[in-house]
Amino acid sequence: MSEYILCFALFSIGLYAVLRKRNIIKIIIGLGIIEYAVNLFFVLIGYRTHGRAPILAKDQSILNMVDPIPQALVLTSIVIGLAVTALIVAIAIRIYEKYGTFDITKIRRLKG
Amino acid sequence: MILPFFVIIPLGAAFLISLFGKKIKNFADLLANLATFSLLVFSLYSIPQVFAHKILVYKVGSWIPPIGICMVLDGLTSFMLVTINLVSFLVTIYSVSYMEKYTDKYRFYTLFMLMLAGMNGIIVTGDLFNLFVFLEIASIASYALVAFGTEAEELEASFKYAVMGSVASSFVLLGIALLYSYTSTLNMADISLVLSGKPTNTIVGFIAVLFLAGFGLKAALVPFHGWLPDAHPAAPAPISAMLSGVFIKTLGVYALCRVFFNILTVSHQLLFVLIVLGLISMVVGAFLAIAQNDIKRMFAYSSISQIGYIIFALGVGTPLAILGGLFHLFNHAVFKSLLFLNSGAIEYSVHTRNLKKLGGLNSRLPVTSYTSLLGSMSISGIPPLGGFFSKLVIIIAAIQAGYFVFSIVAILVSIVTLAYYLKFLNFTFFGKLDEVRLKIKEVPWAMRLSMIVLAIICVASGLLIVPLFKPFLESAVNVLLLGSSYKNAVFGALK
Repeated sequence: MSEYILCFALFSIGLYAVLRKRNIIKIIIGLGIIEYAVNLFFVLIGYRTHGRAPILAKDQSILNMVDPIPQALVLTSIVIGLAVTALIVAIAIRIYEKYGTFDITKIRRLKG
Repeated sequence: MILPFFVIIPLGAAFLISLFGKKIKNFADLLANLATFSLLVFSLYSIPQVFAHKILVYKVGSWIPPIGICMVLDGLTSFMLVTINLVSFLVTIYSVSYMEKYTDKYRFYTLFMLMLAGMNGIIVTGDLFNLFVFLEIASIASYALVAFGTEAEELEASFKYAVMGSVASSFVLLGIALLYSYTSTLNMADISLVLSGKPTNTIVGFIAVLFLAGFGLKAALVPFHGWLPDAHPAAPAPISAMLSGVFIKTLGVYALCRVFFNILTVSHQLLFVLIVLGLISMVVGAFLAIAQNDIKRMFAYSSISQIGYIIFALGVGTPLAILGGLFHLFNHAVFKSLLFLNSGAIEYSVHTRNLKKLGGLNSRLPVTSYTSLLGSMSISGIPPLGGFFSKLVIIIAAIQAGYFVFSIVAILVSIVTLAYYLKFLNFTFFGKLDEVRLKIKEVPWAMRLSMIVLAIICVASGLLIVPLFKPFLESAVNVLLLGSSYKNAVFGALK
């Protein structure tokens, strides 16, 4: 149970960083933390106590194995997260070129 | 089997355009238009297929569904595919001329095709995690497209949109993770089957709320609408038309109602939440739109308001209300993309979007002016046009369901809508023409053509409610009314 609570704490830390931090790089890091918290949660769902990887070799019998589907899904999700992070970092660099700052409170040309 | 082509064609086009677009002149234009045209033909072909077979299931890689991924073609799918591919075809025609002023046109088409692949994928898929992957493909392409001009405002809008969009995606993924842990399956029909065998549990309500937050942010419902008025005006005009016209409906409304009606079969309390959110979006969007002086920003707020109508109708949940909601979805896709294309045409010839600096363009841009007159009248609900009938159906359905006060609010918001569209028409096309603008010419033929076609559809879309064409809408409504028997339909088609 405690690992799920820790997962939730990690998620909340990420959300706090996204909502409260003024530096856009820190906001991006916060996004990363949220993503990892969700991925970790997904992997934990598939875990069975004393389970092992579900790879069947010759003359081996597997009694207790973990669920492989969440692992496959999380791999996909990590790749997606990488793409999002790369794109947002690229945008952040361009923003720095235009505005000369990383401070979100000074990047305010859009209003209304 | 036509289903996989809805994803393969745009993905393949994106790949080829990114490879050869720079080397061969006009290759990107040609291939993109060819791809969207073939998608339109395929989606129109799917209508008789649905009437003949009711539901078609395609097994990806011949794996049998609860284990493998499947793609489902039913009434709602075919309805959404027609809407999306119709708008995207006309938008690609428009972009041929409009995107000339940007460098790297082929990159634009690459991202556009990726976004289209994502949207078509969301609609045809029958697997929940697959839906998430397509949702992310479409979202990432749209973040990049919003920043396409790489000016300061566009980057800022794109950053805001990307941050909020990623958080929304995380909520969706969390919902999928919880749903997987509860049902041990990812196939939509199978989830519905497992859920019907279990006693009611609060976890389903919690999952529904996570999905509401995730998809609601993509649909720009009011507490989650902050990104839309920045992102939609910042994008190039064809992309604004795509984003406002079909993107928020696919990622938001379609995904939300598929999950809520067919998979989770949510309770009446949650549908009431949809009503309230829809109503708030309607009112807030309309009042914020009046105050705007930027044309595109006004249209963006108007999108929030109109999405409110659709969500409100879906929340009411009676057969007539759902019919009205889907009808309004189609109408809004047509006239909002028309209006954004008009704003693009104005910006193309006058180089400003500020209402205070415009005026008297009626004589110089006749096509733009008449098409935007039709679009504005349709969206504000003037009788013979499509928008009138869809709003009428929604309001009648709400009164029949007993939401008397809410339907009065919907009527009042419709009047406010008329007010700000009259403001737009008045400031842009009437009044005195600036001396320096006496020489401007009407926009190129490709842009005119797509605006005229959209305006014609705008006028004709009222016909969708007459008995001859009504089965098209009704087959989509029936899918949502099926509720949890959706699983029986899917598993029945597999046998």
